[in-house]
Amino acid sequence: MISIDSLSFGYSDQKILSIPHMEVKESQHLLILGNSGSGKTTLLHILGGLLKPEEGKVVIGNTDLYNLSAQQRDKYRGQNIGLVFQKAHLISALSVGDNLLLAQYLSGTAQDKGRVYEVLEELNLAHKVNKRVKALSQGEQQRVTIARALLNRPRLILADEPTASLDDNNAHKVIELLKQQAEKYNASLLIATHDQRVKDQFELKLELTAA
Amino acid sequence: MNLITLSWNYIKAKPLNTLLNVLLMSLGVAIILVLILLSTQLEENLSKNKRGIDLVVGAKGSPLQLILANVYHIDFPTGNVKLDEAKALTRNRLVKSAIPLALGDNYGGFRIVGTNHDYVKLYDGKIASGELWKYNLDVVLGANVAEKLDLKVGDEFFGAHGLSVADLEHDERSYHVVGILEGSGSVLENLILTNIESVWEVHNHEEEHVHEEGGHEEKELGSAYETGFPEGDADDEITSMLIKYRSPMGAVQMPRMVNSNTNMQAASPAFETQRLFSLLGIGVDMLRSFAYIIIVIAGLSIFISLYNALKDRKYDLAIMRSLGASRGKLFVHVVLEGVIITTLGGLLGMILGHGLMEMLANSYEKSDDIGVTGLVFVNQEMYVLLISIGIGVIASLIPALNAYKTDISEVLAGE
Repeated sequence: MISIDSLSFGYSDQKILSIPHMEVKESQHLLILGNSGSGKTTLLHILGGLLKPEEGKVVIGNTDLYNLSAQQRDKYRGQNIGLVFQKAHLISALSVGDNLLLAQYLSGTAQDKGRVYEVLEELNLAHKVNKRVKALSQGEQQRVTIARALLNRPRLILADEPTASLDDNNAHKVIELLKQQAEKYNASLLIATHDQRVKDQFELKLELTAA
Repeated sequence: MNLITLSWNYIKAKPLNTLLNVLLMSLGVAIILVLILLSTQLEENLSKNKRGIDLVVGAKGSPLQLILANVYHIDFPTGNVKLDEAKALTRNRLVKSAIPLALGDNYGGFRIVGTNHDYVKLYDGKIASGELWKYNLDVVLGANVAEKLDLKVGDEFFGAHGLSVADLEHDERSYHVVGILEGSGSVLENLILTNIESVWEVHNHEEEHVHEEGGHEEKELGSAYETGFPEGDADDEITSMLIKYRSPMGAVQMPRMVNSNTNMQAASPAFETQRLFSLLGIGVDMLRSFAYIIIVIAGLSIFISLYNALKDRKYDLAIMRSLGASRGKLFVHVVLEGVIITTLGGLLGMILGHGLMEMLANSYEKSDDIGVTGLVFVNQEMYVLLISIGIGVIASLIPALNAYKTDISEVLAGE
């Protein structure tokens, strides 16, 4: 499903990341572990098409991500990759529902309010659809970002420290939710974290160490 | 959801900032619009009303006053000239035609002008009801006069001495309305036209009415109602005459000849209106630069608020990129925000400008005479709106460029 070959990335002469080969199959989940500074976020950004690697290939399905033009890559990401970040980055000028509609609009998929409602329903947020983002709690906001990541039925879900700013209860819920939804959409799930609470819930792990 | 609603939502999210920017913009636009409306209408009306008149000859005094009084009917006449002297001048070979005017009375604030049918032809005046005057004391009303004073064909009224409303009435001889002109936008709209003899008769009658108690109702045909000068004796006077030259040579010789060889004064409408505009021009130019400064400040204010907001917005922008937005889309998104604000300001400014102009026109009683209103649309307004949009683009260009260059990975990693 997703594979990388002879990947390397670094700033000036300092190499941060070097992975000869890695492959994650469809509906497989992978936990990327490592201390801060080990390059977890960098790897995730490279996999998400946000950051061009110095060398190497990233292939999702049949698509060589960095062979696409910048604009095609943006579009591909919008339609096939769901991203979840440590902080719940939502557009505060928009309501919850409009945040999701925006995701459909920007990725170039048809705007479908039914679909928005369906995803919010799954995450138990349907009653918040017209609420301002700021009126939501931290945990709720994080769930909205997950809803946004799932909206376009992605083939790949990338989550960067999704539990770092949540309490135990919410952290557990979010991980469960991500796993459950990834299974539902038959998507591969990659989570980068240094959170000990998450460690034991995944079989496949990749440990990154600072070079 | 599209880029316009997205930008609109950002604008709505900071209402006070938006209000300030829109108001600044609209204020500048409104001032410019009032100036444009005023100067185009003034210029249009002034040039329309001086068409076909090469020279005005009247009593000595201020040449500008002579033009304002006899061409535009907004100032008081400089005095009268002898009929014989005026007639003598028309025999000059440089004069193609001359229309005599006799001013001095008014009714309800509208001037009664003694003249002949040539004066109506000069402005292509058309009769709307009734017919043009022939007999003395018969009058034809301009469209505006008939409407404002609620007069129709067959009505009678007494003129008042002088050119403003509150003067004494000549209550011995009444004028008889025989026709009403179509509205044309020319000076005719606000005039009451009659024979020159009518004006003389009303005045002379006052002195002689002791001798003529009988009151003859018999109507007297004017001696020159269609064209030319009326017959009169050595004491009779007219206020001025409007001259058209036979050849361009007239412009060279006539004014000098009149001014140095006669007791009359000659003034050129083209020259005097140009002089008037150059006098007004200084004020207009200053106001206009003031308005442009306001608009530039509005642009600057929009730039600053967009630029400052960008610091808080870089996460938003990075998220939008991660959701599939291209760089170009974000660029357009930020530019749109500036353009929406300035367009709103421009539109509000247009409404304000027209409203202000109409208010000015209504509060100034002479505005009807010079034909100024806030309810017309001038082509230049389109340019003002285009300038507004342009200001929006310029003000948001740098913030938009920064949005375009946002390094998503760096912003998202640097939280």
